[in-house]
Amino acid sequence: MDTLLFSLKLSLQVATVATVFVVIIGLCTSYLLARRNFPGKELLDILLTLPLVLPPTVTGYYLIVLFGRNGLLGRHLYAWTGWSIMFTWYAAVLASFVVALPLMVKTTRAALESVDEELIRASYTLGHSEFRTAMKVIFPLAKRGIFAGTVLSFARAMGEFGATLMVAGNIPGRTNTMPLAIYSAAASGDRPQAVIMVVIFTLISGIFLYAANKLTRRLI
Amino acid sequence: MGLSVSIKKKVNGFILDARWEIGDELAVLFGYSGSGKSLTLQLIAGLMKPNHGSIGLNGKTLFDSESGSNLAPQERSFGYVIQNLALFPHMTVHENILYGAHGLSRTERDQRAGVIIDRFQLAGLEKKYPAEISGGQKQRVALARALIRRPAALLLDEPFSALDNPLRVEMQNFLKEIHREFPIPIVFVTHDVFEAFAIADKIIVYVNGKIAQIGTPAEVFTRPANSDVELLVRTRNRLLQSVESAQYDATYE
Repeated sequence: MDTLLFSLKLSLQVATVATVFVVIIGLCTSYLLARRNFPGKELLDILLTLPLVLPPTVTGYYLIVLFGRNGLLGRHLYAWTGWSIMFTWYAAVLASFVVALPLMVKTTRAALESVDEELIRASYTLGHSEFRTAMKVIFPLAKRGIFAGTVLSFARAMGEFGATLMVAGNIPGRTNTMPLAIYSAAASGDRPQAVIMVVIFTLISGIFLYAANKLTRRLI
Repeated sequence: MGLSVSIKKKVNGFILDARWEIGDELAVLFGYSGSGKSLTLQLIAGLMKPNHGSIGLNGKTLFDSESGSNLAPQERSFGYVIQNLALFPHMTVHENILYGAHGLSRTERDQRAGVIIDRFQLAGLEKKYPAEISGGQKQRVALARALIRRPAALLLDEPFSALDNPLRVEMQNFLKEIHREFPIPIVFVTHDVFEAFAIADKIIVYVNGKIAQIGTPAEVFTRPANSDVELLVRTRNRLLQSVESAQYDATYE
């Protein structure tokens, strides 16, 4: 029971924090991809989309290469602070973030690109800066896609397993999110525990999607 | 004072080469579709950049290829209304109009909005969305939104072409009234010969990206500068002739 509550709480916490970052960074990159031309634009798009098609373990491996204690970036972080993100719940957030971001960017970019160019030009000729135009015209008109991207990202972050296992491990009471706890229970033959968690996870996901649908209809 | 334009622009093999000047008058850019009229407005508004030339408004340089100056659309004080009006569908009539009053204090904004909503007969529609009002009302919202910050000039790109004829004439008259109240340069693009004749103080005739003639409506219609202009104004002249001869027949038969 303790495991269940802990892993449920951790999963929600990880998914929520990851989604906050996904929304902020996803909106900025989608805007750049949709409305600006710069060298390496398509490369950036491919890099951001790769986690969508790669096996999560491959994504996880890259994260180890980058952020591990001896990783390209993680090495410096460890040298300065003596701290490594590996095997903490932050690593679970990082894994969920990287895997969920492409869903946000794909959906949001398409929504931003579908905003009528004439409206954007009208805003400019009425004296509004690019930033204000984005906040007042482009994002509000793309809110349906932005919301859909957010919902998909949260759902993906909740269900993240492979990359999380690689970078955060499966440490009971620390990094065992619900999908990992379910794996442990099933692997160790604790069927009742596995069944309870599977049912709860399914119910929560169902309720979440129901609420998202309802909110979409009210919002738009 | 006024608006002076001297621009060259190449787009996909089309060459625009236009040079004209207007004062606080209503100038109609008249010509076939694809003759460079709308392109001219976009260049004036700063949405596109000319290859060569200069654009000046009331003595202020907006664009000059020599000195390299090029103001962003936000820094050019134009009211710009296009054919589909570009009203923001997620904003009410009131919000659309206020969106044009950028950079004013709240009291100033509300005060101007109140005046302009009354003047444009939009009272009672403030809380409606663009999808909920009629075509003529939409035109007035678009004009109000363009005028509320008192632009130095108005650019109108076939704003009335989606309207039925009686409403269209009503809007033309309304525009003339508004022009008396806001005596600023107005550039009005149309390919409709009757509209051009009805509202213009000055007609600037576009043929294939070049200026074929500049003059008052009377001058352009009675003394077309060349065969291209002749062809453009012929519909109207023919129709007037047939009306005259019908009147003649009715009188003498």
